[in-house]
Amino acid sequence: MAKRAKAAMPAASAFPVPRRDGVLIGRMTASPAVTVTPGGQASRLSLRAPEKSRAVLSRALGLKLPETPRATVQAGSRTAIWLGPDEWLVLDDPDVDLMAGMATVKALHSAVDISHRNQAIMVAGPSVEATLNAGCPLDLSETAFPVGNATRTVLGKAEIVLWRTDAKTFRVECWRSFADYCFTLLASGARDAAMG
Amino acid sequence: MTAHRLPKAGRLTPAREVRFSFDGKAMTGLDGDTLASALLANDVHLVGRSFKYHRPRGILSAGSEEPNALVGIRRDAARQTPNVRATVQEIYDGLEAVSQNRWPSLSFDTGAVNDLAAPFFSAGFYYKTFMWPKLAWKRLYEPNIRAAAGLGAAPDEPDPDLYASRYAHCDVLIAGGGAAGIAAAVGAAEAGASVILADEQSEIGGALRFEAGASIDGQDGWSWARAQMAKLSAMPNVRVLTRCTVFGYHAQNMVVLAERLTDHLANPAPEMSRERLWQVRAKHVILATGAIERHMVFPGNDRPGVMLASAARSYLNHFGVAVGKRVGIYTANDSAYYAALDLKRAGQKVQAVVDLREDPKSAIVEEARAAGIEVLTGHGVVATNGRLRVSGMIARPRDGGRERSFSVDALLTSAGWTPSVHLFSQSRGKLAFDAGRQIFLPGENAQECASIGACSGMEDLAAVLDAGYAAGEQAARKVGGSASSTMRKVQSESWSGGMVGAGPGAGADDTSRAFVDFQNDVTAKDIRQAVREGMRSIEHVKRFTTNGMATDQGKTSNLHGLAIAAEALDKPIPEVGLTTFRQPFTPVTFGALVGHNRGALFDVTRRTPMHQWAENHGAVFEDVGNWKRAWYFPRAGEDKHAAVARECRTVRAAAGVFDASTLGKIEVVGPDAAAFLELMYTNPWQKLGVGRCRYGLMLREDGFIYDDGVIGRIADGRFHVTTTTGGAPRVLQHMEDYLQTEFPHLNVWLTSASEQWAVIAVQGPKAREIIAPLVEGCDISDEAMPHMSVRECRVGGAPARLFRMSFTGERGFEINVPADYGPAVMEMVWAQAQNHGACMYGTETMHVLRAEKGYIIVGQETDGTVTPNDCGLDWAIGKKKADFVGIRGLKRPDLVGGGRKQLVGLLTKNQKHSLDEGAQIVADPQQPKPMTMLGHVTSAYWSPTLGRSFALALIADGRARLGETLFVPMPGGKAIEVDVTGTVFYDESGEKLHG
Repeated sequence: MAKRAKAAMPAASAFPVPRRDGVLIGRMTASPAVTVTPGGQASRLSLRAPEKSRAVLSRALGLKLPETPRATVQAGSRTAIWLGPDEWLVLDDPDVDLMAGMATVKALHSAVDISHRNQAIMVAGPSVEATLNAGCPLDLSETAFPVGNATRTVLGKAEIVLWRTDAKTFRVECWRSFADYCFTLLASGARDAAMG
Repeated sequence: MTAHRLPKAGRLTPAREVRFSFDGKAMTGLDGDTLASALLANDVHLVGRSFKYHRPRGILSAGSEEPNALVGIRRDAARQTPNVRATVQEIYDGLEAVSQNRWPSLSFDTGAVNDLAAPFFSAGFYYKTFMWPKLAWKRLYEPNIRAAAGLGAAPDEPDPDLYASRYAHCDVLIAGGGAAGIAAAVGAAEAGASVILADEQSEIGGALRFEAGASIDGQDGWSWARAQMAKLSAMPNVRVLTRCTVFGYHAQNMVVLAERLTDHLANPAPEMSRERLWQVRAKHVILATGAIERHMVFPGNDRPGVMLASAARSYLNHFGVAVGKRVGIYTANDSAYYAALDLKRAGQKVQAVVDLREDPKSAIVEEARAAGIEVLTGHGVVATNGRLRVSGMIARPRDGGRERSFSVDALLTSAGWTPSVHLFSQSRGKLAFDAGRQIFLPGENAQECASIGACSGMEDLAAVLDAGYAAGEQAARKVGGSASSTMRKVQSESWSGGMVGAGPGAGADDTSRAFVDFQNDVTAKDIRQAVREGMRSIEHVKRFTTNGMATDQGKTSNLHGLAIAAEALDKPIPEVGLTTFRQPFTPVTFGALVGHNRGALFDVTRRTPMHQWAENHGAVFEDVGNWKRAWYFPRAGEDKHAAVARECRTVRAAAGVFDASTLGKIEVVGPDAAAFLELMYTNPWQKLGVGRCRYGLMLREDGFIYDDGVIGRIADGRFHVTTTTGGAPRVLQHMEDYLQTEFPHLNVWLTSASEQWAVIAVQGPKAREIIAPLVEGCDISDEAMPHMSVRECRVGGAPARLFRMSFTGERGFEINVPADYGPAVMEMVWAQAQNHGACMYGTETMHVLRAEKGYIIVGQETDGTVTPNDCGLDWAIGKKKADFVGIRGLKRPDLVGGGRKQLVGLLTKNQKHSLDEGAQIVADPQQPKPMTMLGHVTSAYWSPTLGRSFALALIADGRARLGETLFVPMPGGKAIEVDVTGTVFYDESGEKLHG
C-alpha cells in the first residue's frame, strides 16, 4: 500500500487545531445504584488480518492480539478486543496515532481509523448488570462474563461492543449517531435498576 | 370492622384500615385485601354485568382465573385500566373501582333486556342473524354491534406511567410459588443453583393460603411458606418475584414474565416502573402452576353469591371474610367439604352439602356429617333463586325425585380441579388425557423442564413437596450443584373426586341456562347446539359458541365445554381434541410489552455531526430512514416552495453548502480491493488511478440495480466507497456475504466508516473559491484536481478526504473530516461561503438539482426491477469485464427484450401543470378502462432554473418515444398532456461539472 492520494498531507497546519464536538456532552445519570456517563475521546482502530499476520501486528501494536472469543489484552493505555477470528477493535488514548503505527506494517492486514465513528458510554455501580440487561440479552453475571471480557452484542436496537473493565464497570462502544439512543436506554434501565 | 369480616379469622391486621370506593361508594377494607375480599367484607357480591346478556354477576374465584368480577380501576384521567380482575387487584388508600357493562347503574341496567331476548341470542347468532340485507351489515349491524361490544372503557389519554424490561439468566426458573414451587426453589437453591421463583400473587404460598388442614414439619402450611420465603430471600442465588406472572414459554427455555410493581401502591414514586417485563433464559424450568377449581354446571349457577368453594376458603382463612351466613354447597369432589367445615367452625350456617356422587366414601364426608352438616349424596342443584344475589338453592336426587329448597346467601361449588397445563402446553409439550380422573396432564416434555405439584395431577401435599425438592435438586445437579434431601413430616388434605360437564337439570332435554363460560355467557345448551349444527372439532365449537374466548381464556370453562361437546358427539374427550393454549396466560398490558421502547426509545433517531448547526440556521428536517436530514432552510416569510426555489437558484448561480454526512461509507482495504470491487460493481476499477473517483453501480444477482455511489481510490489497496443513505447497512451486508461465500480467496476487508466522517458538500460555480482558503496540502485547481478526483489533505486544520464530485451538475467538492470536527469545519466553510453569496441547502434542493441533470436516486427511479439499461446507465458497465454480480442476470431474455420501461424525461404541455410522483402514464386518455398503463412518474419537481415543472418517468420503450405526446390521467377525469424528452434538462454537455 505504498502509493496514496495524500501526496501532500501536511503534518502542520496554519489553522489552529479545530474544535472537536463530541456527542453526549453534559449527559449524565447517577444514583447510588448505577451511574451512566459519556466516555471521553479515544483513538480507535478497526483491525482485520489473517492469522499469519497476527504475530507481526502484535509486535507493531506492542501487545499480543487476543485469539479467543471475548478476550481482551491490555498494554499500558492500549487495549485490543477480540471481535472475530480476524477482527479486533484497538483502543488507546486520544492523542495516540494508531494509524501511523500501522503504516509501516507490511504483513497483510486492514487498518481503518474509526476514532470518531464510535462513542463510549461508561456504566458503573452495584446495579450495572440490571441496567445493561434493560437492552442487552447476555448473561452478565461475573461467572458468565468475567472482568476483561468484551463482545459485540446488542443494546435494544443498537449494535454495541460491551467490555467489562472491572467487576462493576462496563464500557459500551456504539456508533456515534446511536449514542443518544444508547445513553437514553441505559438511563431508562438505570432508573429501573435503581428500584431493585 | 365491616359486616362480614370475622373478628378472629384470617391473617390481616384489623387496625390497618384502607379506604377505597366502588361505583362512587366509600368503603373500608384492610391492608392486604384484594378488591374482591374487601367488597365481600362489605357484603357486596354484585360487581358486574355479563358481556352478552348483561346478567348480574358476582365474584366466582379468588384468583387470576376470575371470569366475572372485572372492574375498571381509576387513578386519574390518564390512568384508567379496564377489565381488572377484582380478585387480583390489591386495594390501597384511595383506590377507585367502577363496575362495567351496565347503564345507568349496576343494579338497574337497561342492557339487561338482552337477557329477556336470550332465546334469540343463541350460539352462532351473529353468523346467522346479520346476513341480510347485505348492505345493512356495514351501515347498521356492524356499527351497533361494535358499540355494544367490548368490556370496559379504554383511557383516551397517553399512559403517563413508566415501564421497564429486563433480560435475566438463571439455572432454574420456577413458575408458581405454591408448596411445590417453594420446595423446588429451596431444593435447587440449597444445592447451589441460581434460582428465580415467580408467583402471580402478592405472597408465595399458593393453595396453602386457604388449605387450613395442611401442616408441614409441625407448622401450618402458610407459616411454613412464610419461613421458606424468609429463607429464600436471604439467599444470594435466589430471586423471588411476587406479583409476577409467567405468561409465555418460548423455545430454548426463553420464558417471559410480567411483574406488577405499583398497581398495589397508593402513591408510587414517580420514577418507579409500573410493570417490568422479564425475559428469562433458564437452563431448567420447573412448572409448579397448580390447578384451578371448576364450578358446577347447573341452572342458575351464575347468580352473585355462587362461588368456587376454594375461593370461599381463601376469603375466610386468609382474609377473614365470611362470604355468607347461610351457605349452601354443591360439589362432586371432596375439597368442597373442607369449605363447609371451615365455615361451620367459623360460626356460619351450612345449610346443606349437595354431592352429585352417589356414595362418597372419604373421611372428610363423614367428618362433615359428624359436625352436623346435612349431606345430600346423589343429589344435584337444579335451580337457584334470587336476582342480584342468590337467595335459595333447589336440590333433587340426580335421577329425579322430590325437590328440596334451601335458603342460602352464598352457594359454593366445586366440580374438581383442572391442572394448569397452560405453560407446559406453550412449551410445545404434548398433553396426555387421564381418563380415570378426566383431566389433561403434562405428557412428554419438549424442552428442559419438569411439571410438579397440582399442575401435574398430584393431590397429596407430601407427594407434592417430595416432588418439589426432588425436581429442584435434580435441576441443580444438572448444572453442577449438590443436593441432600431431607424427609419432612407432612399432614395434608385429600381432594379426590370431581366431574366434568353438566349436572342434572342442565341436560340435553332441559331448557334452562347453565353457564359454562361466565365471561362470554356460554351455556351448556349453546355447546350442544353447536354440535347439533355440525361442529365436530372443539376448535369449531369454541369459535361458534365463543366458549373460552374471553379475557380469562376459559380457565374455568374449557374442560366443561369439551366434556359437554364430547357427550353430545358421543366420543371420548381426547377424540374431540383440546383447544390450543396460547400466551399470555393472563392479560398483559401494552405498557409491559412496550417497556422502555417508547418516546425517544421507540426507534433510533440518528443525527449528523452538523445537526445542531443546521438547526441553528433554521433547517426544517425530514426523516430519511432513521436519520434526520435538513430538508430546506426557509428564511423569514418563505414557505417550502420559495425556500427550495431560492436554494436551487443560488446553487446554480453561486454555490450551496450541504450536509452529506448520512451517505454510507465503506472502507475497502487489502491488496485485492480493486479485484473485489470489480466483482461487486458493474464498472471497471483495476485501472482507476489513485486519487481518482468513479460512479459505481451495484446490481443484485438478478441484474437489477441495488445501489450506487461514488468510489474513490485512496491508495492502491484502499478504496473509499460511498453508498446511498438508506443502503449503507444492506450494501455492507451484501458485500460481506459475497466476500465470505463467493470470493473468500480475495485478500480484502470491509469496514463501515459511515460515521467516522462528517461530509460537507460545497456545490456551485463558486465552490472552489469558497473552500480554497481552507485547504492545505492540495492543489485544487481544475488542472490539478479535475472532476472525479480525491485527495487527502487538511481542510480548516482538520485531516480531510477531499472529493471533487458533483450531484448537482455544478463544480462540486465534498469535504470529509473526522466527525467531531464536522461542526467547526462547517462553520469555517459557511463563513467563506457567505463571502461568495452562497446558501445552505437541504435534501429537497439536492433532489431538484440532481433530477435536472437526470441523475437517478436508487429507490426513487428504481424499484428493484430496473436494470442499468432501463436507466440509460449502460455506460457504467465495464464492457470488457468477464464477471461481476448480476452479469448473468443482465442476459436474461426478459431483461434485454423490447417493451421494457425506460427512464425518460417528461415536460407538461402546460408549463404550470405539475405531475405527481407515482402517477400512471397512458397513450390514449379516452381508452375505456382498464387503460393500458405505459409507465409511471418517478420524480416530479418545479425547476426554478427552467422556470417550469419537469419530471422523470419510466415508460415502456421510452427512449423510442422521444418527442411523443402522452397523457397522465388525474383523479376527476382530466388528463395532463406531456411531451417525452431526454433525461437531462440542464447543462447537457456537462461543461459546468468541469469548471
